[in-house]
Amino acid sequence: MAEYYHSVVLDEALCMGCTNCIKRCPTEAIRVHNGKARIFNEKCIDCGECVRTCPYHAKVAQTDSLDILANYKYTIALPAPTLYMQYDLKFTRQHVVTALKMLGFDYIYEVARGAEIVTAVTDRYMEAHQDGLPMISSACPAIVRLLQARFPSLLPRLLPVKSPMEISAMHARREFCAKNPGVEPGEVGVFFISPCAAKMTAVRNPLELEHSNVDGVLSIKSVYFKLLKQMAKLKAPEDFLQAGYQGVRWASVGGEAMALKTQNVLSVDGIQNVVRIFEQLEDDKLDDVDFIEACACTGGCLGGPLTVENLYVARNRQRRHKELMPTVLEPVQVDEMQNCMFEIYPQHLDVTTLDADRTEAIKKLRRMNEICEELPKLDCGACGAPSCRALSEDIVREKASLTDCVFVLRQKVRDLAREMMILEGFMPSDGQNDKEN
Amino acid sequence: MELSEEIIRLHYDINDEDFSAAGEASSAVKKTLSRLGVSPETVKRVAIAMYEAEINAVIHADGGAADIEITPQQIKVVISDRGPGIPNMEAAMQPGFSTATESVRELGFGAGMGLPNMKRYTDEMYVDTKIGVGTTVTLIVKI
Repeated sequence: MAEYYHSVVLDEALCMGCTNCIKRCPTEAIRVHNGKARIFNEKCIDCGECVRTCPYHAKVAQTDSLDILANYKYTIALPAPTLYMQYDLKFTRQHVVTALKMLGFDYIYEVARGAEIVTAVTDRYMEAHQDGLPMISSACPAIVRLLQARFPSLLPRLLPVKSPMEISAMHARREFCAKNPGVEPGEVGVFFISPCAAKMTAVRNPLELEHSNVDGVLSIKSVYFKLLKQMAKLKAPEDFLQAGYQGVRWASVGGEAMALKTQNVLSVDGIQNVVRIFEQLEDDKLDDVDFIEACACTGGCLGGPLTVENLYVARNRQRRHKELMPTVLEPVQVDEMQNCMFEIYPQHLDVTTLDADRTEAIKKLRRMNEICEELPKLDCGACGAPSCRALSEDIVREKASLTDCVFVLRQKVRDLAREMMILEGFMPSDGQNDKEN
Repeated sequence: MELSEEIIRLHYDINDEDFSAAGEASSAVKKTLSRLGVSPETVKRVAIAMYEAEINAVIHADGGAADIEITPQQIKVVISDRGPGIPNMEAAMQPGFSTATESVRELGFGAGMGLPNMKRYTDEMYVDTKIGVGTTVTLIVKI
């Protein structure tokens, strides 16, 4: 497999080698070695939890800068619904969209509209696939990666409908070219304005298709002030809306599920909560539910690591946005179902197997259990691994040694000292001590 | 000895005092199996069958014990309890047959699918039961 690209990377100069990130990583993908954090690429799901946790801002999500717009003759912005909730309500959606154009974008396609299309396609797909329920939403890329790495048996339940971002990008480019005869699709750059690190990865390494329709990802953080400045100057915003509240409310957990025809739905947010729900689902304990909406971030996209506004403030704004728009602006006609479906299917990424040979794997696991017994089970993190169990796995995988544990090291030093004392007693006398006695 | 190095043994007590812990053993076994490169489908079969057996031990026998033996060829799960025993095995194997009390059913258990599901998800199943002494269910899934 080609090396996996990750948007979440470490800024070594800022890393203090503390243990905050290793403890919070849901896939135990981070270790501290020689005073610096290291991310195991194969385990990272780009959830952004470490970006949020690091007190020194050493974990960063790589995104594009506005300079990338210069590479294209025409540019389109795809604002995530979360963007609207970053600003005071006096700045309406129309303000935000107009300000994006003032920043240099030629056309805007609201991802909220793409979300409405996803809802319509999902309803249709679920009607035809009643035997495969519950289906799991594929909208959150960190969740899809979590399924690939940790819950492969649930992959057949993954809703094979492309994400609102991809569907928006597809429609945006097509609409723009249709409205502007003579423009070639290749001349148009499409940019997602993102609350989320995983979306950047999903553009570089798409999960559901060969090549993403998105050409770049700008973080909400990076455009926040630039847009604010434009909006402050703005007198009369354009009257341009493509989606109703049904699409806009996807910004929060529950928004996707609430829009569906079936209301036998479960919405779960926060990666640890998602893990617990998936464990139940794995044991066939949730087969009376039709649909599971799972968001890696607490609160959904509003809680994304690349947002500016506090989740709870933003959530209240979202509720107030409801008053400003119809629930449905324009009903979706599903006329091209096939273009909305996955082109490729995410496969199991095996990151847990200790050895390809099962007999060897059993031996290694036995050793791992034995090593774990020797460790203090304090899960202190001082060795650089998130838990004693993780350290014992690293030792078996030859990525760490037993003396990385400070408690084991202290015991060894103590044993050594004792042994030296005993040996000292056997030392032949040099004669001097005898005189003193 | 070479042979014993190729076996992993796990033991869990199944405690009816703490219902939230029910299924913990099957969850731990799932994690172990994924380390050994056992296919997700097989892991799932083991987890479901084992969970059913655990729940049975809690509902009918106030708990018991789970002993798991993993070799390169198979996974053997033995769930034993000191409950009332199963008076009519043939009936118990019928889907939908249950002796669970109304209060247990109200909790969403006792649908009568326990033993049939265990059989469905395993390659071999043995039930050793004595009235008044207890029940031992042995589940084998080939890798």
